[in-house]
Amino acid sequence: MNKDIIQPPEQCNVAIIGAGPSGLAAATELKKLGVESVIVLEREAQAGGIPRHCMHSPFGLREFKRLYNGKTYANELSRRAIKNGVIICLKSSVIAINKGGILELSTPTGIRTLIAQKVIICTGIRETPRANRLISGQRPMGVLTSGALQSIIHLKHKKPFQRPVIIGTEMVSFSSLLSCRYAGIQPVAMLEKNARITAKWGLQILAKLLGVPIFYKTCLDNIIGKKEVEAVKINIGCAAVKKNSEAIKKVLPCDGVIFTGEFIAESSLLRMGHLDVDPSTGNPVIDQFGRCSDNDYFATGNMTHPVETAGYCWKQGRQTAKQVYASLKGELDQYQRRIHIISTNPIIKYIIPQILTLTVKGDYQSGKHITMNGFQIRVSKAVKGRLSIRSGAKTLVQKKINSLPERRINLEFPSSILSEKDDADIPLQLHFENR
Amino acid sequence: MPITTQDQKKQKTAHYDIIIIGAGSVGCAIARKFTLEGARVLTLEKGTDILDGASKGNSAILHTGFDAPPDSIEQSCIADSYQEFMLLRDKLHLPLMKTGALLLAWTDDEADQLDSILQQAHYNHVNDAQRLSAKVILNKEPQLASHVKAGIYIPKESLIDPWTTPFVYMHQAIENGAQLICSCEVSNGKFDGEKWQLETNQGKFKATTVINCAGLYGDLIDQQLLGWSAFQIKPRKGQFLVYDTPANRLIHSIILPIPNKISKGVVICQTIFGKLLVGPTAEDQDDREDTSVTTETLQMLQKKGEELLPALANESINASYAGIRPATQFKDYQIHYHNKKNYMSVAGIRSTGLTAALGIANYVFKQLQKEKSLYSPLDTIIYPKKLNQIAECETRDWQKEGNQGIVCHCERVTEREVATALEDSHLPINSLDALKRRTRVTMGRCQSFYCSARLAEITETYFKRPIALDIGQGKENE
Repeated sequence: MNKDIIQPPEQCNVAIIGAGPSGLAAATELKKLGVESVIVLEREAQAGGIPRHCMHSPFGLREFKRLYNGKTYANELSRRAIKNGVIICLKSSVIAINKGGILELSTPTGIRTLIAQKVIICTGIRETPRANRLISGQRPMGVLTSGALQSIIHLKHKKPFQRPVIIGTEMVSFSSLLSCRYAGIQPVAMLEKNARITAKWGLQILAKLLGVPIFYKTCLDNIIGKKEVEAVKINIGCAAVKKNSEAIKKVLPCDGVIFTGEFIAESSLLRMGHLDVDPSTGNPVIDQFGRCSDNDYFATGNMTHPVETAGYCWKQGRQTAKQVYASLKGELDQYQRRIHIISTNPIIKYIIPQILTLTVKGDYQSGKHITMNGFQIRVSKAVKGRLSIRSGAKTLVQKKINSLPERRINLEFPSSILSEKDDADIPLQLHFENR
Repeated sequence: MPITTQDQKKQKTAHYDIIIIGAGSVGCAIARKFTLEGARVLTLEKGTDILDGASKGNSAILHTGFDAPPDSIEQSCIADSYQEFMLLRDKLHLPLMKTGALLLAWTDDEADQLDSILQQAHYNHVNDAQRLSAKVILNKEPQLASHVKAGIYIPKESLIDPWTTPFVYMHQAIENGAQLICSCEVSNGKFDGEKWQLETNQGKFKATTVINCAGLYGDLIDQQLLGWSAFQIKPRKGQFLVYDTPANRLIHSIILPIPNKISKGVVICQTIFGKLLVGPTAEDQDDREDTSVTTETLQMLQKKGEELLPALANESINASYAGIRPATQFKDYQIHYHNKKNYMSVAGIRSTGLTAALGIANYVFKQLQKEKSLYSPLDTIIYPKKLNQIAECETRDWQKEGNQGIVCHCERVTEREVATALEDSHLPINSLDALKRRTRVTMGRCQSFYCSARLAEITETYFKRPIALDIGQGKENE
């Protein structure tokens, strides 16, 4: 097995951490732009990232104008990267990131160091497991996330249980339903704390077709079973996350629990390193070019905005590659004044970029350089109202919104962000007013 | 590893000097002690692995005993154990993180108690314990909440590896001739005036002396074998919250509260596995097995942690768990020698068992020595070669050549480590829990999001209850 694994070199132009859709897209694009050595560091034994264990379609429409399932799509991404001269080093885990693009790696042959001129971090996302949700109960086997379930089913052709309960109704929750069906697993129910599913309307019909009831306004109260899951206690009629004493508690026999969605950035490398992380979300702090708080580092893909489709991440990866290319040539060096965007309302789940970097003159979006198209914002619950970006008392840009949670909201960058006092690099505020 | 009929026959006819019931931290240390003293030792463990009861969920602190009840057996065992641990740790490769502890007062009332705690520490021969002002404390631990009043610094309180340590004790016992049988539950026993015959689900076993180290079942074993027990086990649950690796930079010392009568209170400390621990609670319950956590209590721990260490609010939680301490109605350890029956009860070892194990083993040995000396110490003692290290203060396998790559990314557990653990002939693995305790797999932030598929594959033929079954297999069964 190890003889197929390429050992990372000691130096390269660009090192990319993570061989998922955004990482492979960025790597391929950088080679196309003519960058000499582009190394992708992948900790798994296979490239492709999460799509490897997504058996469902559609994948690849945006990228290849073809309809693939996840596995074929993942293979296609790495095939094209390698064809363009990208070097993918498998089983290479980045252990630490340091100033100066110095990466410490663990490989099957021990510790190594790789020095890169620029680094793109695209370590993706994972689901919020049971522990972070502070769920009551014992800790039997058979409690897992849909990512774990799908990799067990689709990569290893195994199944961990027969009659699980599914927690959540995001896209991935329905994808798990399909995986269960493929493996001959019959879920007993899906639990949704709100009054409607989180995924786009219509998917509840899929659950109905598969004979899986969705319990709305229902929370998981307790996991029962010492060695194996025997049942779960559920709270029917719970008001959102908060426990309501009037809620009806019911015991639902089952043999497993699948925690789905509530995606979070896999940003522990940043948290343990020198790069800024948004403390409340764990998302890397980036500017309009995708640059981290150290200008040698970029972040892209789902870790910057949990969660979007593979196609979206692929596109963002390509775009980030162009920005990295400009950065390699020193063209972004003039953008150094950092203006933070601070959110003042807890309803805002996150905004990216969290920083705009300006030239000395105050430009942050000169025509020559590709930046993100604008801000991306998500809210934590269904809201109607007005979003605005303000500098002091002055509103720079605003937008009416009517959004559900887990939906992407686009907000254009303001044409100019400087107030009358041009030299004051004060933070901008993201406001939200209810309607 | 299944026991063959031939092995079983051998065991049934064999006569042991000592049978130890229960392979927790204390049972492992006692097995080691008696084996090295030349006794033929058999340990019977009800669980599928050692440390499967009370010993699996503790806070992994090597206590100095500064706050132990003065003149108690507990205090003397802790003190003796601490010294012996320090003497043995190089030879046995036992990981240790010297952190020191700060016992902190957060109110004026609490501050008033510091002097008597310091007196007690000095009385217990922890002479380097000293009082510190709030200023010095905050200088030492700048992330602590600023309303700290004063505290006591106990430099020698340290962190140890809660699993490798007793594992090494048992390993050394086995390498020097001891036997261990897991999944073996004692159901009855008779003493004929000279020897014991124990009945178990795996047959009968004979020994001169029985040592009851059954932890949470200590009183029940006494009742079964003696017909009565001098104590009653009062299970006391402790819930813990574990914060992810980045949180462990927030604090260096073990942060202790002013203890109350029931427990040592909620501690904040690093773990030797590079995490940050907040806990335990102290909840009395009747159930000896119920290690469930509750949302409300975990939220309380979270709040408590943030109150003392405000920066915790921005850190992410890695895991939660609960352990059960085998408390009794008495404050001190319940170590009773029934000399007419060649029977020793070692019970009521609450939260200090991991620390005190070596001392308890010495204490028990001395008690038995008074009566007879049937065996003499081994001429040459085998010291096990360095086992795989899972503590962060040691060199780990991912840092070494030939590790075959990482399988559990969060905890950096390599393929080679898992393979080695699965092939251990002394202490075979047949559950995920056992594999976790040897390697740390699945214990990280993702809680097996990334590694469970690969683990399901590697461990397929080893676990009694596999992580997953083949899809085809399940279908045939339907």
